[in-house]
Amino acid sequence: MNAQIRRLFFVLVTLFVAVIGMATWWLWKAPELEARRGNPAVLVKQLTIDRGKIFAADGKTVFARNRTVKKKNLGRTWYLRVYPQHELVAHPVGYSTIERSRTGLEKSLNDYLTGSNANLDTILNNTLDKLKGLTQKGNDVVTTLDFPAQKVAMSQLAGKCGAAVAIEPETGRTLVLASTPSYDPNLVEEHFNQIVRTKATCGNASPLLDRATQGLFVPGSIFKVVTAAAALDSGRYTPSSRFNDPGYCIEYGKRVSNFADQSGPEVFGNVDFTEALEHSINAVFCNIGKALGPLAVLDQAKRFGFYEEPPIELPSEEVAISGLYRKGRPFIPKDPNQVDPGRLAFGQERMLVTPLQMALVAAGIANDGVVMEPTLVDRIISPDGDTILSGQHEEWKTAVKPRTAAELTAMMTAVVEAGTGTAAQIPGVPVAGKTGTAETGVVGKNQTWFIAFAPADNPKVAVAVTLSAQTGTGGTTAAPIAKAIMEAILRRNP
Amino acid sequence: MAAHLVVRATLPHADPYLLPVAGVLTAVGLTMIYRIDPDLAFRQGLWVVIGVAAFAALLVFLKDYRSLDHVKYILGLVAIGLLALPAVPGLGRTINGASLWVGVGPVVFQPGEFAKVLLVIFLAGYLRDNREVLSMGSGRYGLPSPKHFGPLLVIWGGAMLVLFQTNDLGGGLLYFSVFLAMLWVATARWAYVAVGLGLFAVGAWGLYHVTPHVQERVSIWLDCSWSVSDACPVYDEGYQLAQSIYAIAGGGLFGQGLGEGILISPEGNTYIPFLSTDFIFAAIAQELGLAGVVAIVLVYVVVLYRGFRIAIMADDGFSKLLAVGLTSALAIQAFIIMAGVTGLIPLTGITLPFVSYGGSSIVANFLIVGLLLMVSNRVNRERA
Repeated sequence: MNAQIRRLFFVLVTLFVAVIGMATWWLWKAPELEARRGNPAVLVKQLTIDRGKIFAADGKTVFARNRTVKKKNLGRTWYLRVYPQHELVAHPVGYSTIERSRTGLEKSLNDYLTGSNANLDTILNNTLDKLKGLTQKGNDVVTTLDFPAQKVAMSQLAGKCGAAVAIEPETGRTLVLASTPSYDPNLVEEHFNQIVRTKATCGNASPLLDRATQGLFVPGSIFKVVTAAAALDSGRYTPSSRFNDPGYCIEYGKRVSNFADQSGPEVFGNVDFTEALEHSINAVFCNIGKALGPLAVLDQAKRFGFYEEPPIELPSEEVAISGLYRKGRPFIPKDPNQVDPGRLAFGQERMLVTPLQMALVAAGIANDGVVMEPTLVDRIISPDGDTILSGQHEEWKTAVKPRTAAELTAMMTAVVEAGTGTAAQIPGVPVAGKTGTAETGVVGKNQTWFIAFAPADNPKVAVAVTLSAQTGTGGTTAAPIAKAIMEAILRRNP
Repeated sequence: MAAHLVVRATLPHADPYLLPVAGVLTAVGLTMIYRIDPDLAFRQGLWVVIGVAAFAALLVFLKDYRSLDHVKYILGLVAIGLLALPAVPGLGRTINGASLWVGVGPVVFQPGEFAKVLLVIFLAGYLRDNREVLSMGSGRYGLPSPKHFGPLLVIWGGAMLVLFQTNDLGGGLLYFSVFLAMLWVATARWAYVAVGLGLFAVGAWGLYHVTPHVQERVSIWLDCSWSVSDACPVYDEGYQLAQSIYAIAGGGLFGQGLGEGILISPEGNTYIPFLSTDFIFAAIAQELGLAGVVAIVLVYVVVLYRGFRIAIMADDGFSKLLAVGLTSALAIQAFIIMAGVTGLIPLTGITLPFVSYGGSSIVANFLIVGLLLMVSNRVNRERA
């Protein structure tokens, strides 16, 4: 029997060696496995870092901080995220969770927040900390978001489906990024179903969608600002160019009638360019579009930043491109016959825009024709208190000549003084603006808009507000919200 | 320590390595369990005390282990009775899909662990008695007559039937392997091994097609371990195995360090279910790395070596077969679960001897060590 026992010994030892072989094989495959679904290792590594805080522009109001979880058998201290402002800044700040990864600034600035940004100094510090057994600390982020104005925007939008964006024209600092319905990022980890179940007046609530930067809507008449910019910049038109409005415009042998969002008679007759914008006369813009051609209008749109992702510090997938859309993708026509020039001129014709892009249009006009790069980060502060990065204010696009910008400002001021946008008047402050009401053909389903900046003579803030599923017009629904947001900002920076 | 003193007093000639080695494994297990759940470690500590007490009682009261040979049929039947206990209404407790537990009041135990020991004793006795007949093959085609093979098949068939009835695949695999190993050692006939493996293949094939449970295990194993494909249901049925593999791979060469591993979520759940029982080997790999894995495996090799050495040195058939059977039972059980959690073979739930949390397992394994030491004591005393 002894011979068999010896053989059996070798058989069993071989099996044991196979176990070691298998374990070694997994070690070999470890880098591949680390990226695989459901592997807690990567996330846990991040969760044991004392992640940096996220602040409002005042540097005091906390948008995101940590709570520590210390349990004996966890092995290390865990840092889990808390969002004290709940729904208020859910979209721009985003969330950082175990189960659902990250969004917003929590995602795009993850390297900074975890202190793993490739900077020799931080790498050195982190290595030292690791050797000392200390917790790796992340950098704090101060955003450009204006806490009081953001609160005004969110309360004004409450109960509606909409978005509001406010930008400082001179710098591109994003003061407000509001989107409703919003969600409470504190619920993402364990009560995600509550977020999914959110109901809204506009049908699809999609609370996770950042309507301000990701939402694509038909612009309607606010796009006339772009058409007007193209017209004035071409030198072929001036604010006092005369037009005759018969109440319709003829395209492809058919009448395209004026829309109802005009505070005046359907047929205006003999008007100048300023009056045409003031009363948002479709027929006039239709004819200008035909005269300039669609490619010239689209070129102007590109000079405002259309067809490009605005370079804001949000994750790329959370920022949509504005432009003509075909089959769900942005589309640049090569041949003018592919586009209806008249409808394009007053903002229909498959044109889809984000509120952020429209705020940038307003900001560009306010800033003498120069669109600044939109920024959301004011500065990043290391654990030692040093500012390791502060927001640069760079020019993004030169949209129009300064003269054109001045002419557009005057025309848009007339809109608020005596046209469709009177609801946005602020006592003692000249406001330039433009209304928009994109009709969908169904009552109560209008997409209403208002873009504006103030003070018109020395702009401090440019805004874009949009609302879905409205019965009213841009002038009655969106303009008052834009006014409230601008007031909140101007009160602080008179 | 206590166990050691009892051994010195009762079995002065016993193998000096086995008990310390079992102690090492128990200590590693206790440490890991304490790291995962201190309360559980305390209970495991109590079980170790009970195990050592049972071990001492065995050494003190059982003067000559060979007397077990006389009651082998009774032991075999008791073993089957034990295995069948969980199926008794009112007594059985089903935990995680396997009905392996018996509950009497607050005490819950796994009779299968004790049946394992008794079956090995029965087999050792029976195979010794019928060794010649079985290895010569008196019947037609050179096969032994049913008269000699019959009782073996009856007891064996009964045990296997009960095991599959209770869904204890790991147990079934273990007993079958130990049976084959002992049969082969006793008879030296490859034919038995071939027939045994053939039966196993048929049985496995049949099971695969009859029980969805087995199909699931095999397909998880193929998707998650063998090919590491995206088909692996990492959030559903494949969760355990995938997490186990992540833990092993994440351990690296020297591990994350004791208490530093990624084993428990902030909500207090373990990432791998049954971490302190079936998957404790994955926890060791995560925190102690490949070095820890090799160390644990080497310790089992020492157990294997010392156990087989006792068998080789023993001069009577019963002692030899008993030592081989008990040692193989420990080694094969360790292999099945280590290979299972590393994805080498389809996963079947079973404890890692001495290391995993589990009262019945600890007590039964200490009894095995006790029996092995008694055999070695007799062997060495006669040599001395």
